[in-house]
Amino acid sequence: MQDIILKNGRIIDPTQDLDDQTDLLIRDGRIEHIGILNDGIPEGATVIDIDGKWCVPGLVDMHVHLREPGREDKETIQTGTMAAVAGGFTAVACMPNTNPVNDSAAVTRFIMEKARSAPAVVYPIAAVTRGLEGIQLTEMVELHEAGAVAFSDDGHCIMNADNLRRALDYVKIFGGLIIDHCEDPVISKGGVMREGFICTTLGFPPIPSLAEELMVARDIRIAEYTGSAIHIAHVSSRESVRLIRDAKNRGIRVSAEVTPHHLFLTDEAVKTFDTNTKMNPPLGTEEDREILEEAVISGVIDCIATDHAPHTDTEKQVEYSLAPNGIIGLETALPLVMTRLVHTRKMNPSQMIRSMSTNPSRLLGIEGGSLLKGAPAHITVIDPDRLWMVDPMRFYSKSQNTPFGGLSLRGSCNLTLVHGKIAFQSSN
Amino acid sequence: MQLQSKDLLGLEGVTKKEISLILDTAESFREVSERSIKKVPTLRGRTIINFFHEPSTRTRISFEIAAKRLSADGINFSTSGSSFSKGETLVDTVKNLEAMQADVIVMRHGIPGAPHLIARNLDAAVINAGDGAHEHPTQALLDMFTIRRHLGKLDGLTVVIVGDIAFSRVVRSNIYGLTTMGARVIVVGPPTLIPVEISRMGIEVLYNIDEAIPQADIIMILRIQLERQGKVFLPSLREYARLYSLTPERMKIAKKDVLVMHPGPINRGVEIDPRIADGDHSVILEQVSNGVAVRMALLFLLAGRKEFNKSE
Repeated sequence: MQDIILKNGRIIDPTQDLDDQTDLLIRDGRIEHIGILNDGIPEGATVIDIDGKWCVPGLVDMHVHLREPGREDKETIQTGTMAAVAGGFTAVACMPNTNPVNDSAAVTRFIMEKARSAPAVVYPIAAVTRGLEGIQLTEMVELHEAGAVAFSDDGHCIMNADNLRRALDYVKIFGGLIIDHCEDPVISKGGVMREGFICTTLGFPPIPSLAEELMVARDIRIAEYTGSAIHIAHVSSRESVRLIRDAKNRGIRVSAEVTPHHLFLTDEAVKTFDTNTKMNPPLGTEEDREILEEAVISGVIDCIATDHAPHTDTEKQVEYSLAPNGIIGLETALPLVMTRLVHTRKMNPSQMIRSMSTNPSRLLGIEGGSLLKGAPAHITVIDPDRLWMVDPMRFYSKSQNTPFGGLSLRGSCNLTLVHGKIAFQSSN
Repeated sequence: MQLQSKDLLGLEGVTKKEISLILDTAESFREVSERSIKKVPTLRGRTIINFFHEPSTRTRISFEIAAKRLSADGINFSTSGSSFSKGETLVDTVKNLEAMQADVIVMRHGIPGAPHLIARNLDAAVINAGDGAHEHPTQALLDMFTIRRHLGKLDGLTVVIVGDIAFSRVVRSNIYGLTTMGARVIVVGPPTLIPVEISRMGIEVLYNIDEAIPQADIIMILRIQLERQGKVFLPSLREYARLYSLTPERMKIAKKDVLVMHPGPINRGVEIDPRIADGDHSVILEQVSNGVAVRMALLFLLAGRKEFNKSE
């Protein structure tokens, strides 16, 4: 395998306090050296002059839906991971709500097998309960051995508190992570958008933020009781943030993620009746958005995860309440974060890398998240100033369901290396 | 003057001038319905499709009569037995209607924004005849028309709306319309049926009807239902009636020339006492008559607009 040298990059790695304009040498798919090459360029090496662009640990998205097996019309492991690398993500963790559900080692192995030829690294998240039905626990040890990096019932909150308690106890065998979608379905029943002023004016059945907050509070308490770690998926309300902050201050093992859409959109967007503003949890208010932004910058919320949820146009071009929840995010997350948080100086590049690479890697216990010598060369090169207009028709994803189409953003992925191989290179 | 939009999807954002134009136009059409031959040739050759995706008697018939009195060809289309059961999407269905040269599509739908969805996809004018609990602009316009006929104005009046505020599209359109026209709106109901932050729409909220009644120039009573969307919002209709029903006793504290309105259908003895519904203050049936005039005005303004633009 040829050596690759990324020359003249701004190499940023918060795990080693690094922010230098220098070179990076990749050998045998691993990071061999960072710094000026005193011995010159090794013979036969490929040299890529990245000319001041940012060279950072490959981005990791710990919450995506790749739809395979079962809904290959929306996305496949191949197209979803192509979208990932185009968006700067070198690894993704995919949710188990496939058909069949990823609740057996056979399905986990199928995904792992399919992912072997995929451009990004794929880490399956397996179900906590069989069929996501909330009744009987899955064989988590076997799933873990087959490659599952975490467990979640995805869109279903683990409503049976005793089940959640058992799951949190059981994963102590291997130190596994449970991810919960926090929503009390009795409270949210029939709801379409976040309860609040906009919902009141539009006349939609409301989803009170209470539906999320109650389950966040419960999950935190159960995590404290068992001593196990719990991860709260896609936090959307400011009160959930307060609960998580307080729990962390008390040393409880809770972590959390926020999506780009909850960071950059509010319930105001629903006024368009664009079904690409319909998701679960629903978009919050401006106050929620501001608190979420603050929390991800300060680290109370550990990471940004897209909840990439591909749906076909046909499914989305319907009456608002009938449309499926969710939007895609892999190809827009980095440009949005760059434009709205980094260029506005709310977040520095190190904070961005923590929330989009280091922290998700740490939470899932996977390799990556740093540029340490000897680590696999999962690297994202970001062109911080590239102007980019969001054109869903040019997405690598099979689906186009995004509310961000037409936006002009600044900063995007220039080059993505996975295991030291070029997985994506932008055309300009 | 003409309306700014090709459609009437709601009263949010509709200007005072436009509302006045619609009400003034309705005034001139009201007279048509009082003739022995209740028909004018104004919209001869135009096609108006009433597309009702939810049961409706009053509104559908009102639109149908309005179309007929303007000599337009009105077609009624309800969803039972339509292509909906065959899995066709809403947009495809209305595109088919438009392909048959419909000039106006009047739509009732259970989901907020459904008329907006079709309006985006069509050149034909779309009139929202009620979308979920969002808006019902023609009802609010006929309410304002009725008030204006009786009291000569809207500006400065106090309108008290009582009942199921949360699930009422009539309330929202009336709030937009009435506040635009300078009226003061108070909504009254049990807290479980008052949606959060509704006061930010520029109105007042009261839980006690007896505090509101003396202030009212108009009392608008809404239909009440025990169960909505599979959830129960009230302990019982009996207790609701005790707390909120408009009864002769309550009317004693009202202004002497107060108007009593109800968009229908009425639950006699629940939200309104029959003696009040049929009493001297009630203009409930007049609202229905005026509905035809207001809808004629809208069909005229919107169907006419298309012609106007084409000839430009």
